[in-house]
Amino acid sequence: MSDEKVESQELSVERKGTHAPAAASQLSTLNFQPGLSPGQRAWRRFRRNVPAFASLIFLSTLLLLVLLWPWISPYAPDAIIGEQFLPPSAEHWFGTDVHGRDLLTRVVYGAQVSLLVGIVGAGVALVIGVTWGAVAGYIGGRLDGAMMRFVDVLYSLPSIIFVIVLITTLNELAKGWLARMAGPKLAAATPLLFLFVGLGAVSWLTMARIVRGQVLTLRHRAFVDASRSLGAGHVRILWQHILPNVWGIVIVYLTLTVPSIILYESFLSYLGLGIQPPMASWGSLVAEGAGQLNPIRIYWWLIAFPAGTLVVTLLAMNFLGDGLRDAWDPKGLE
Amino acid sequence: MFFLKRLLFLVPLLLIISFAAFALMHAAPGGPFDSERAPATPEIKRAIEEKYHLDEPLLKQYARWLGGMVRGDFGPSLKHRSHDVGDLIAQGLPVSISLGLLAFAVAIGLGVPWGIFMAVRRGQWSDYAWGFISLLMVCIPGFVIGPVLVMIFAVQLQWLPVALWDSPRHIVLPTFTLGLFFAGKVARLMRESMTTTLQSDFITAARAKGLSDSAIIFKHSLRIAILPVISYAGPMLADLLTGSFVVENIFQIPGIGVFLVNSSLNRDYTMVVGLVVLYAVLLLILNFLVDISYGLLDRRVKYE
Repeated sequence: MSDEKVESQELSVERKGTHAPAAASQLSTLNFQPGLSPGQRAWRRFRRNVPAFASLIFLSTLLLLVLLWPWISPYAPDAIIGEQFLPPSAEHWFGTDVHGRDLLTRVVYGAQVSLLVGIVGAGVALVIGVTWGAVAGYIGGRLDGAMMRFVDVLYSLPSIIFVIVLITTLNELAKGWLARMAGPKLAAATPLLFLFVGLGAVSWLTMARIVRGQVLTLRHRAFVDASRSLGAGHVRILWQHILPNVWGIVIVYLTLTVPSIILYESFLSYLGLGIQPPMASWGSLVAEGAGQLNPIRIYWWLIAFPAGTLVVTLLAMNFLGDGLRDAWDPKGLE
Repeated sequence: MFFLKRLLFLVPLLLIISFAAFALMHAAPGGPFDSERAPATPEIKRAIEEKYHLDEPLLKQYARWLGGMVRGDFGPSLKHRSHDVGDLIAQGLPVSISLGLLAFAVAIGLGVPWGIFMAVRRGQWSDYAWGFISLLMVCIPGFVIGPVLVMIFAVQLQWLPVALWDSPRHIVLPTFTLGLFFAGKVARLMRESMTTTLQSDFITAARAKGLSDSAIIFKHSLRIAILPVISYAGPMLADLLTGSFVVENIFQIPGIGVFLVNSSLNRDYTMVVGLVVLYAVLLLILNFLVDISYGLLDRRVKYE
């Protein structure tokens, strides 16, 4: 995003807001503080967005909970601590599952895996997408055309099918290979590795398009020419001068990529292709609960709690992403 | 000319996709005949492999398969030995496609009016309320909303059957399970583009002429505002068709999605490659149609 664009949008926002004096004065203080970077202004706008800010707090709490859980929880994730199918109670807030394990512990344990897959997968998508988009946008011309055509083609292909075929076919191969190279402990994490790479590899397309568009507008700006005339190489120009202007919008789309990868992962784990027991993710927990569905007795907590946590987390991530986008790119605000 | 070029481009693309699937399946350890009930003697195994030409080099097998494909022959299924892949697909495909298209109709039929409504009520509480619901739809995966709908409409109210795919009544729950997610997505997209369109100059001009709200929204804005939805229709159909196997799994629907997971685990080479190619062809054709309809709606679009 160019600075001028932000500036002019800021001004138009201010003009529209004149009938609300409080907001107007707040905005004008933003405008007349020359020391504020676009990032700082975005942060101020973001803080006023209640759902987005609440989501940020919720997600930070969740993350903290997941990280600190081993020290908080009285139960180990795989420990059988009592009877199966106990309804929620003071001891077991979420009840117990089919093997008599504490469901709250399972859900937090599942959160650990789901969040990890979401974040690492988005990281993979980030690396591929930014590299692809930056190279295409910076070099331009025929290469740009070919690279973006490739992205178009991938857009129209059933990517999740490829992930399924990839996971089912190569799982054994990779497991054996990892067991030889890195020991059996790492081999048990093979499905996780496949989810990282596979889901990241199909989620980079939007990122590449956005980065390419940004780089395309930035590469002919005066500061790029200046740096080139000083003898900077292409890599340096891209990395030091162009990409720092792109990170803002990249972070916005990264926060929207994480929930979509978590959703994919939950689908795969629900089908039994992703996380394998005794590990758990939200998708596999819902699948375990759905396996106990029968018309006589409904163990509602087995589905309600993992599914509820999944939905609330995805909701919060989307609110956060939308809020960040509005803060960075305030053209939609009135 | 542009379209002809696009069509010709599909041929090498499909070759690459099918070969990639082919090679991937063969690279995977284990073959389709490893999990037979009685462990076969090496001679029998060799005989079976010879019958299905699995002993030939990869490229030759691929050429043989390709030759069959040109004649419309998908080859025999290696797991369901008495059936051809073509027969199995012909059984399941109509079911999967009707599920996908019905869900598509739900997504567009609900999502577009929903988005218009939110854009018109922009900034009012009903916009926020429906906006929240649309976001909720996007965040609830099918395997959650499916059981919830079953609990409400099949188990408690007993209006609709729990599963299977026999009568029109069976179709309702799977269709909505699959369609609601995309309805939420379309609604959010529609709200965004309708809002932008309503702020553009030609709408201001139309208002200045004194046109009624409904004329402005449905005659003037909709034509432009629907374009992002149209261009999302291609990827959406991809997600609908490929997402349908989760719904097929929940409701025990006999579509092709069921085959994909199983045959890929069973190393049913011909089945997997056939399905991958089928999905690719379907989606590429659908996207092609989307491109054409784009030009029909927006005359400013020119194809080089």
